[in-house]
Amino acid sequence: MVVPVQYYLALSVALFALGVIGVLIRRNALVIYMCIEMMLNAVNLAFIGFADYFKAVDGQMFVFFVLTVAAAEVAVGLALIVAIFRNRGDVYVDNLNILKW
Amino acid sequence: MQILFFILGAVALIAGGLVVFQKHPLRSALWLIVNFFAVAGIYLLAHAEFIAAIQVIVYAGAIMVLFLFVIMLMNIRQPEADPKIPFIGRKLAGIILAGFTGLILIYGVTKATLTTGKEMAPGLGNTETIALTLFTDYLLPFEVTSVLLLVAIVGAVVLAKSKLK
Repeated sequence: MVVPVQYYLALSVALFALGVIGVLIRRNALVIYMCIEMMLNAVNLAFIGFADYFKAVDGQMFVFFVLTVAAAEVAVGLALIVAIFRNRGDVYVDNLNILKW
Repeated sequence: MQILFFILGAVALIAGGLVVFQKHPLRSALWLIVNFFAVAGIYLLAHAEFIAAIQVIVYAGAIMVLFLFVIMLMNIRQPEADPKIPFIGRKLAGIILAGFTGLILIYGVTKATLTTGKEMAPGLGNTETIALTLFTDYLLPFEVTSVLLLVAIVGAVVLAKSKLK
């Protein structure tokens, strides 16, 4: 009883859409960041599903690199959010409109 | 197998929905950990044991601890209130846009024709196969990744410092 690749893709699409919903409707920069992580995770799930389907290890290698890039991105992004919080006292993206004229 | 997949997928979807719709970012972070664990379980079902392990260690461990530290570092008491656009309209627009994204993805997936690829090398465990591929075919990306991590470390330290002298 093996899980068909379509199920992996369906779950991946659903998780990705959830992440998009979060990015679009939330205004806390931290939660938006978590939703971006969830989207990265959804893409990883599609990669793993295809790696299982094709019996090839290359998909898992890509997940490995995505994980590494995600870790680096989180470190830099959270440092940015901390810097914004120091300067302004909150992290709500509605209030970060200094570049918007 | 399929029943396990459905259970884990349901857990991942419910936890993901709670990440999006919880008010407090701390609760969102905790539900995101549940989501990552469920996805790691699905990786196990897909014969990706090594990736499942580093998913738990790196994502659910390191990255979420970083998130929780930052959430607790900033004292976010005030709720997400008084947006300039009415909240219901923004929510509806967001959900509709995300639904379109999902539809486009589903369209692309159903249009694709699937063929079978090459076989995995026989007689090797998953971690061994990954190690062999990593240090032969993917050696250059691996080294570039280490440079990227170094850049990220330096960048995070510089950004998070309170004052540059």
